[in-house]
Amino acid sequence: MGLAKRIIPCLDVDAGRVVKGVKFLDIRDAGDPVNVARGYNEAGADEITFLDITASSDNRDTIVHVVEEVASEVFIPLTVGGGIRAVEDVRRLLNAGADKVGINTAAVNRPDLVREATDKVGAQCIVVALDAKSVSAPGESPRWEIFTHGGRTPTGLDAVEWAVKMAEYGAGELLLTSMDRDGTKVGFDLALTRAITEAVEIPVIASGGVGNLDHLCDGVLKGGADAVLAASIFHFGEYTIAEAKAHMAAQGIEVRV
Amino acid sequence: MQKIAVIDYGMGNLRSVSKAIEHVADDAEVVVSSDAAVIESADRVVCPGQGAAKDCMAALQQSGLAQTVLAIAGTRPFLGICMGYQVLLTHSEENSGVECLNIVPGEVTRFADPLFDAGTRLKVPHMGWSEVRHARDHALWADIDDASRFYFAHSYYCVPEDDGAVAGTCHYGHDIAVAVAAPNLFACQFHPEKSARDGLQLLKNFASWDGR
Repeated sequence: MGLAKRIIPCLDVDAGRVVKGVKFLDIRDAGDPVNVARGYNEAGADEITFLDITASSDNRDTIVHVVEEVASEVFIPLTVGGGIRAVEDVRRLLNAGADKVGINTAAVNRPDLVREATDKVGAQCIVVALDAKSVSAPGESPRWEIFTHGGRTPTGLDAVEWAVKMAEYGAGELLLTSMDRDGTKVGFDLALTRAITEAVEIPVIASGGVGNLDHLCDGVLKGGADAVLAASIFHFGEYTIAEAKAHMAAQGIEVRV
Repeated sequence: MQKIAVIDYGMGNLRSVSKAIEHVADDAEVVVSSDAAVIESADRVVCPGQGAAKDCMAALQQSGLAQTVLAIAGTRPFLGICMGYQVLLTHSEENSGVECLNIVPGEVTRFADPLFDAGTRLKVPHMGWSEVRHARDHALWADIDDASRFYFAHSYYCVPEDDGAVAGTCHYGHDIAVAVAAPNLFACQFHPEKSARDGLQLLKNFASWDGR
């Protein structure tokens, strides 16, 4: 048996609280990151991703404390993204107990940040988050562009070229989100996922669009993803992590049970 | 109360390791320290580590803690984790070559590029949950099933010279020695502090290990 494909629930954290709270876990406070992370650990999640969506810079330190608390009680890998601007931000999160730090806009603004960060802390700690949108006209061969600011700001960067560049700069992993599919529940953009996974040697996490368990399988079997990230199908109790793993295993996908 | 020291040489995440040990060892005082005297006074020592080999070795040398590790090696139970395992070998090929501590004779080498297994290309870093096979019985495997999955995140792996030192293997393209054992020494490439139940069990086993 080889490496298991990972299932990663993603939690949005605003000023230290989980927003769009988790509805199914039997926990007293669904806004408390420690409670939610502990619940997902017990449910069998392979890793947890926190996305810090705190807008105010006054609250920038809050996520560091969140990571400290979670890492003190939950012993599975933690990835933290959002608001990373400098190598110092990366170090603080790793020292707080994060295993990996996701860099998005800051990498677009200054790609050398990825190189500097991986030199300092190792490639395995650096995840580059790619938010991609289809920009090809009907009939054209498919093409995706990298966007920042939640899909509002085009960058002019071709998604596949950018993925290859980030891998060359030392990224240990890519978190690929289809901005077209995010929140739609119609499944991953498999053509995009396949284009990226075929272009790079590093692991790719597929994200954006999961609405059912077949979508998770498609991400691995058709998209070539190494891990699948989802939020709402887990948070709202539509499916448990165990159901997701059983479904994937039945399709011949290796999972951790 | 026993004392377990986690060596702080400025290379990354010590909090997860120390908290995980605290979580499973009620009878232990866990101290994170860069003070040689504190480390030498501990009943057990854990050496974690993250980052590149060159930086880790430089940090160990500059802090004088390389000498501390060499001095205590074999004298009390010692656990090396990830880079804390790799630095125990003789030499690493990372960063154009780095001399390491030579406590466990052998080389640290990078996964082949490209890396294949039965025609399938594997990703590097090796990142995620892989099955660890027990190469032999060991106190640190107590209550852990053979082929349980542990969490890995690495691009370089250890090749100890002595096959007899290998306590655990994992197949990633080929078999790799992901755990080694010697009297008063156990070291692993995976992260027990991030490997859920089985990882915590391994740390618990370490906290009561008699070193044999």
